[in-house]
Amino acid sequence: MNGRNRIDIAEERARSQALRDLIGRIPYARFLGITIDRRGDEITTTLNFDEKLIGNPVLPALHGGVIGAFMEVTAIAQLAWTMPGAPLPKPIDISVDYLRSGRPMDTFARAIIAKPGRRVANVRVEAWQDERARPIAALHGHFLLRRDEESGTGA
Amino acid sequence: MPDTPLPDLLRSAGPLMIDALPHARAIGMRVIDMDWGACVASIPYAEHLIGDPDTGVIHGGVVTTLLDNASGLAAFLAGDTPMQVATLDLRIDYNRPAVPGKAIYARATCYKLTRSVAFVRGTAWETEERDPVATSVGTFMLTEVPEYMVQLAAQIGSQQ
Repeated sequence: MNGRNRIDIAEERARSQALRDLIGRIPYARFLGITIDRRGDEITTTLNFDEKLIGNPVLPALHGGVIGAFMEVTAIAQLAWTMPGAPLPKPIDISVDYLRSGRPMDTFARAIIAKPGRRVANVRVEAWQDERARPIAALHGHFLLRRDEESGTGA
Repeated sequence: MPDTPLPDLLRSAGPLMIDALPHARAIGMRVIDMDWGACVASIPYAEHLIGDPDTGVIHGGVVTTLLDNASGLAAFLAGDTPMQVATLDLRIDYNRPAVPGKAIYARATCYKLTRSVAFVRGTAWETEERDPVATSVGTFMLTEVPEYMVQLAAQIGSQQ
């Protein structure tokens, strides 16, 4: 263990903490109960199940809007990790495909940056529950990376 | 859509599609107006819905949830009998940041209904409908409501 390695470890852990802090600063992400976990450059978010996320009490199933919002936060987390220090990316448009109903349990998601542009990034996200190979929903969307434009939600 | 007023069955079951949903209640969603294949719903501004703590702008996901829910209700109100509604896909365009501190409204309109699919457009705004915060287009799958679900929904409704 030399000094160089120790710096790397400290730096990596600081980056992980910065990412958790970034998501932790978003009140709506806290309200939904989203947590974040990193292994190298692979980020997995968790939507921790809670009764208040139910959109269909009869089935029961998670609210579709919540699943969309969760995947949107996942895309933003992945972008924030890839571009440390940049302002929080803003969604321009998202398209959500609902594949299976979200059962009342924890949900996970991962994002892939399909095109990291200079001003706009195209991101794809998949959300799953008990089986990674059987996603419950998928999102693709465009996110604004710089604050010099007027479109996007601003959040 | 018929010229007749919305039947009581749909009118009474409609708000249940929002009021009986734990998540819709958790974010304070309300149905404001209903008609054949159309509705207006709203969400009040609240601290826990903020997406950008530096500006206080509400999170895009909240707007997505409102548009999804309003669109599903519009699809439900498009047929003359209650059907089960499930979102197939939903596309949202975020036109601009929502003004902090203001409630958000959404109008959804089912512009085409087939036997098993409803096509719905939506608009969200806070001050003027002509100046949208977000616009959406979605498709919804419609299926017959099984009898046990009718009874369960009635039970849930009576507990509200």
